[in-house]
Amino acid sequence: MDLAPLALVVPLLAAAALAAVASHVRRAVADVVTVLAAAASTVLCALLLADAGSGTVVEWFGGWEPRDGVAIGISFAVDEIGAALAVFVAVLATAAAIFSSRYLEADEPYLHVLLLVFLAGMLGFCLAGDVFTMFVFFELMSVAAFALAGYKIDQSEAIEGSLNFAITNTIGSFLLLSGIALTYGRTGALNLAQIGEALATQPADGLVVVAFALIASGFLVKAAIVPFHFWLADAYAVALTPACLLFGGAMSELGLYGVGRTYFAAFSAAFESHQAELRAVLIGVGALTAVVGAVMCVQQDHLKRMLAFATVAYMGVFLIGMGTLSAEGVAGTAVYVLGDGCAKAGLFACVGIVQHRCRGISELRLRGRGRDLAGTAALFALGGLLLASLPPFGTFLGKSMLGAALRAEGYGWAIAVIVLASVLTGAAVLRAAGRVFGGWGARPEHPPATEEEGAEREVERGAAARTPAVMWVPAVLLIAGGVAAGVWPGLADAALGAAEAFTDRAGYSAAVLEGAAVAPPPAHASSPPWFDYLIGVGSAACALGVAALALFAPRPRSRAAAELGAVVSRCGAGLRALHSGRIGDYVAWLLAGFTALGGLFGLALT
Amino acid sequence: MSRRARFVLFAISAVGAAGLLAWAFAGLPEFGDYQGRYGRIVAASAVPDRSATEAVAVTVFDYRALDTLGEEFILFVSVFGVLALLRIHRGERERGRAVGEGRRGPGPSESLRLAGRLLVAPVLLLGIYIVSHGHLTPGGGFQGGVVLGTAMFLLFLSAGYLAFKRVRPVSVVEAVEAGGAAGFALIGVGGLLLGAVFLENFISPGKSGLLTGGTIPLSNAAVGLEVAGALIMILSEFLDQRLLVRERSR
Amino acid sequence: MTALAYGVAAWLLVVGIAGVVTSRNLIHLVVCMSVVQASTYVLLLGIGYRSGAKAPVFADIPTGTRVVDPVVQALTLTDVVVEATVIALLLAIAVQAHKRFGTLDPDRLGAIRG
Repeated sequence: MDLAPLALVVPLLAAAALAAVASHVRRAVADVVTVLAAAASTVLCALLLADAGSGTVVEWFGGWEPRDGVAIGISFAVDEIGAALAVFVAVLATAAAIFSSRYLEADEPYLHVLLLVFLAGMLGFCLAGDVFTMFVFFELMSVAAFALAGYKIDQSEAIEGSLNFAITNTIGSFLLLSGIALTYGRTGALNLAQIGEALATQPADGLVVVAFALIASGFLVKAAIVPFHFWLADAYAVALTPACLLFGGAMSELGLYGVGRTYFAAFSAAFESHQAELRAVLIGVGALTAVVGAVMCVQQDHLKRMLAFATVAYMGVFLIGMGTLSAEGVAGTAVYVLGDGCAKAGLFACVGIVQHRCRGISELRLRGRGRDLAGTAALFALGGLLLASLPPFGTFLGKSMLGAALRAEGYGWAIAVIVLASVLTGAAVLRAAGRVFGGWGARPEHPPATEEEGAEREVERGAAARTPAVMWVPAVLLIAGGVAAGVWPGLADAALGAAEAFTDRAGYSAAVLEGAAVAPPPAHASSPPWFDYLIGVGSAACALGVAALALFAPRPRSRAAAELGAVVSRCGAGLRALHSGRIGDYVAWLLAGFTALGGLFGLALT
Repeated sequence: MSRRARFVLFAISAVGAAGLLAWAFAGLPEFGDYQGRYGRIVAASAVPDRSATEAVAVTVFDYRALDTLGEEFILFVSVFGVLALLRIHRGERERGRAVGEGRRGPGPSESLRLAGRLLVAPVLLLGIYIVSHGHLTPGGGFQGGVVLGTAMFLLFLSAGYLAFKRVRPVSVVEAVEAGGAAGFALIGVGGLLLGAVFLENFISPGKSGLLTGGTIPLSNAAVGLEVAGALIMILSEFLDQRLLVRERSR
Repeated sequence: MTALAYGVAAWLLVVGIAGVVTSRNLIHLVVCMSVVQASTYVLLLGIGYRSGAKAPVFADIPTGTRVVDPVVQALTLTDVVVEATVIALLLAIAVQAHKRFGTLDPDRLGAIRG
């Protein structure tokens, strides 16, 4: 059954239909069509996931099967990880479509068209088996994202954020394309499996290393790894809340999926003999990103920027997981992405509710204004605990699987970094919850004002006295999803089986080029050991403790404490100063990041 | 970061990046001696498979049609992005007058008017020629679509903004553009229904001449419509902005 | 000849990014982005070139003649369309930036800090 192309085409055709009759339909019709199209994609992708359980689903478009082992057409090669990611993306898109039904007084269905095409781009990216197809759908989702980020054209931060987003990500895609061109020059192929076969025959030389560095840089810009990450906070802080659901929950994770897919399907054989060195580089970069993201997260006053830096921190954690280059690591990352993605999307939805009811976005200025929002407060606090990986939530399960994988490869110190990131991000969210909903914490002296404070309400319909159902229902379901992922029976086993297929280059190649798809053997993941539970409870307690410290800390009495505080805040301020909002700085860091990454890969892989 | 610090960072990285690229390019095959099998198979089978003599068009619309579907929709979404970003929001609507009404600026010169009027029809014909012969000679939907869009722009240059606005009712152009995008996708679905594979070329290729290539001429037409519509809409949006700014500054 | 062909691609990439980093005008910055795009075109087409070969159009040459690689030309065509649309979107953002901030200097847009 040809489900894969249908999952892609349904949102595209719905978007084109809405565009064609744009001025003649009522807003309610556009809302319903968008939600139905997203829901239909979810169902189709779920069926595809069920199919992928019995082996990688390969679909050659146009009927062009490979000739003599040379792929001449384009294929979709859907294994369980790709299909699961597609389902996750489609679910988030459905939530975003529901959330946007009461959003904005829009005469034209621009938002709906952009959302549907964004969904289609992400789905195509997850399902593609050809590197140039991945590039095209990567660009498709990027262009839709640029427009969604800049949608609120009456706010200057939105213009600047979307400009920074567009320029950095476009330069990233130029690097990606250069890498694809180099790969084509060496292998004469664009199909991932075929590239893998061609590169497996010779050891990696300069061209292969730099091509991988270019491709990785392109994807890592989207994945917001340091130092490619500067654009993310600027963009996520100003995007529409339904778009933020998708950005925070799925878009950056797709960048990391791109790196993983190209590595495991195309480059893993070429770099086989240097796996340990590559592992060191990737885990190191991931750890740096996690620390930078977490430190920036706690210093933020703007709620969405805080969640954006939490996203950066978790992308670092996921890179650590992917960087173990083992099936256990990838499985742990997959489960962690599921738990954290739901939590992040749910938190963005809660912030959207707060913006709607309290008309503010700065944590200090919102102090105490959320007192009537008991439900939202509970969800927000639960989201914070999710970020701090309290057992038995989904994030805890993911972290524990990751921990096991890291210990197996000898990188136990990275677990401490992951714990630090989850403690700091959880603490930031809990502190915000306490201040906004509980009114705790010192009265602010001169909180900075942004243009959004005085901005008109985003949601036009309905009084501000009650939160509309289309806003809190997705929030509840998303946070519940993050919680349930931890206790869903068989999830860890399924993830491990899927990850084994993901990391198996030879199996993938056989399925795509010869049609010999085999069902992955059932895997059994070990359940979390007792000390992981201890670490989980401990990090949640630490997060609560740090949040309480931030809210209720007395002024330091001793000089030593005061000086320590001054040093810490100066470092923090220095890091904040680097995030200047200037596009020239960001692009300079981007190029520096590519050069550094390429240099590290060069040292590691030859 | 100060501009100097930024430039120093950039300069060091640029030297490093150039070194990396030089290292990579050293591994590429000698310039002019490319041996890739994929290209040779495509070049050898374009005519026997599809009776279409333009191998690049066969690649774009048949072998790698999915990429073209994605690319079409990138164009489609960027038009909607431009529409969303340049839309007249509430504040401007209250402050500015309706775009295009009010005083007109000095019109175009006589020679520009004459040249424009003479050129619109031939350029339009050229565009249609390029679109329809895309599978036989260099050209195709994208190139021809741009030429068609240029014909409309010539109309603006020669006859002024109001005439341009009258000729391109926004809803019709939007419908045409969306129809082009959807048309390509529907051809793909047609392949799904009639040939059991998405984007399969389900019309028989024929022998030679204008109607060969199966669905390739249809795809070319759909893309041509879409690109022309997209170009006209993007240009209109920017022109509307220019008039809005001019109105506000008066 | 190899060094020249691919060297042009590398040079365009570096010079384009230099322009973006040091730019004082958003329109100039967007045009520098199109210079970086051009480097990818040159790289792709340079890779697929074959000396003494003809264009891959068989209207007047028999099938089997030595032609340049048609796949990279298809990739470049897709690339041109993709990048042109991104430029259109960037210019729209630049227009709005000028309206909101009154300046086109990227260093003085200044709404975001930290």
